[in-house]
Amino acid sequence: MQLSRDDLLRAYRQMRLIREFEDRVHLEFATGDIPGFVHLYAGEEASAVGVCLHLTDRDSIASTHRGHGHCIAKDCDPVAMMKEIYGRKDGLCGGKGGSMHIADLSKGMMGANGIVGGGPPLICGAALAAKTLGTGGVAVSFTGDGGSNQGTTCEALNLATVWKLPAIFVFENNGYAEATSSKYSVSCKDIVERAQGFGMPGVMVDGHDFFAVWEAAREAIDRARSGGGPTLIEVKLNRYYGHFEGDAQTYRAPGEVEAIRAQRDSLDLFRNRVTEAGLLDIAQMEAIDAEIKQAIDRAVIDAKAAAVPGPADLLTDVYVSY
Amino acid sequence: MSRKSFRQAVNEALAQEMRRDPRVILMGEDVSGGSGSPGEQDAWGGPLGVTKGLYKEFGPTRVLDTPITESAFIGAAAGAAASGLRPVAELMFVDFMGVCFDQIFNQAAKFRYMFGGKAVTPLTIRTMYGAGFRAAAQHSQCLYPVFTHIPGLKCVIPSSPYEAKGLLIQAIRDDDPVIFFEHKVLYDMEEEVPDEPYTIPFGEANLVREGEDVTIVAIGRMVQMAKAAAEALAKEGVDCTIIDPRTTSPLDMDTILESVEETGRLVVVDEASPRCNMATDISAQVADQAFGALKAPIKMVSPPHVPVPFAAGLEDLYIPNADKVAAAVRTVMGAPDRREAAE
Repeated sequence: MQLSRDDLLRAYRQMRLIREFEDRVHLEFATGDIPGFVHLYAGEEASAVGVCLHLTDRDSIASTHRGHGHCIAKDCDPVAMMKEIYGRKDGLCGGKGGSMHIADLSKGMMGANGIVGGGPPLICGAALAAKTLGTGGVAVSFTGDGGSNQGTTCEALNLATVWKLPAIFVFENNGYAEATSSKYSVSCKDIVERAQGFGMPGVMVDGHDFFAVWEAAREAIDRARSGGGPTLIEVKLNRYYGHFEGDAQTYRAPGEVEAIRAQRDSLDLFRNRVTEAGLLDIAQMEAIDAEIKQAIDRAVIDAKAAAVPGPADLLTDVYVSY
Repeated sequence: MSRKSFRQAVNEALAQEMRRDPRVILMGEDVSGGSGSPGEQDAWGGPLGVTKGLYKEFGPTRVLDTPITESAFIGAAAGAAASGLRPVAELMFVDFMGVCFDQIFNQAAKFRYMFGGKAVTPLTIRTMYGAGFRAAAQHSQCLYPVFTHIPGLKCVIPSSPYEAKGLLIQAIRDDDPVIFFEHKVLYDMEEEVPDEPYTIPFGEANLVREGEDVTIVAIGRMVQMAKAAAEALAKEGVDCTIIDPRTTSPLDMDTILESVEETGRLVVVDEASPRCNMATDISAQVADQAFGALKAPIKMVSPPHVPVPFAAGLEDLYIPNADKVAAAVRTVMGAPDRREAAE
């Protein structure tokens, strides 16, 4: 299967939307208007989009605390997302989840997750449901290098193989679990080495390269859909901002982020690749850039103006019935 | 109607719900037993034989043996529940909740609220609890107060075979995550249980016995202790009401408060460790809402604040029994314990 022109435009649009969304949340957070903990996905766009371009609403994903990019790649409404991050009543989760729990089950987005390693077991369940109900769906767990060391994650990898589940475990290794280097915290050189121990195929890709992620995900998702069981994908990438907004990042090398931005930016690499190959015009992409900038401007204005939840909302949505 | 054990009542509830709804699946460690082994499949049917025969009827896609990997399969059950199945996960002993607690209290319990009311998680977790098996500190705890504490979970604690069948069917049909507590000492208890499926609603206490002198609220197996105590006390002319709340979340405080308004005396019997358990919770709510009705201070009957011991003599001392319940009732009745006085 090849990427069509529409696929490429869609991929670029989503990657740009994630970048613009996150850059803007970074700026707005600094003004003090956004409450709570926020972890930004900028720099990692090619991973979420390269995987999720293969998915539809029948497929599920579980995300991490760094979840905005996965949400956008899974087609969640960015205006409702912005409202949620501002804690508004008509936010994606009614203002009850916030950045760390942002979710839309109708899109198969099972939530950002405040617990590192919280998602992989849930994905085993989503994959089991798809298999048992015969929906043809697959389930994708996004986790980081930090999450790769959690017992829940290791247990989920084992169970996925034992039950031969249509599951894909994507490890977004951005080099840091909070402030601790994965060179220190991960016991093996690459997380992909662990695939063999759990009896599943593993592949490692450059997470700045949309095309590499897309290709690896295609193979894994095709295998899962056709009953071939789970796959582990390690995606090597970098985050542009801190672990959380407000992180001074003194653990990073001087100039580290600037060098990646200059040489390995996923959006730049994508633009160069598609223009050199004559697949898309630069003007098309610039038009998308302008359109998205306006849309995010609008989303922030709407979010700031939107109503906050009222006292009655405190007590609703705990149970279906009680 | 026929005489059934608690074990048979649970098995029958599972089988009937699995026949009724193909989305109901069962998973857990050795719920079949023998998966991948050279010998018999369905070798165990659960460690105490509660799920025996279900694998033979429903097969490997509906009855799934899991590795010993509580975080993965309890999390998988939660994820599957949020994705269209109605899983019943068996967590062998409630003591093992420690290894998978996050998947229950941070994930399943909070989906609905965190996601703005858009998640439905019809998950039932069956688990064994309670002392009396000489199983010592890691296989004998109650722990239901821990789960009662968490918004988003429902806690069901049946006191007899009849209660177990009706409450388990309700749990499986319920759209919220339910923890269903089965006391291991009750598995062989028998009573008349209807053959057909029936449900017992949550949050509606059972008035086990009506009497005008004192209200005894008892949880799970302790209902049986309270009944024995009430029979002994009746011979002394003390007339007890016994309330079995059936579910601690939701908790039917209305029935308890109404009864205390009538009797003016309350004893709460709870096998869970004494700090922050159901006895302290119910006592506090009664003191908060019906203090004026109390003729005597509330008495709580619970074990001491120690792990469950192994040695038979120590475990017997640990567990609340009918004598301890009766003694507490005598105290709130304002009479000295006659047997102690006779010694």
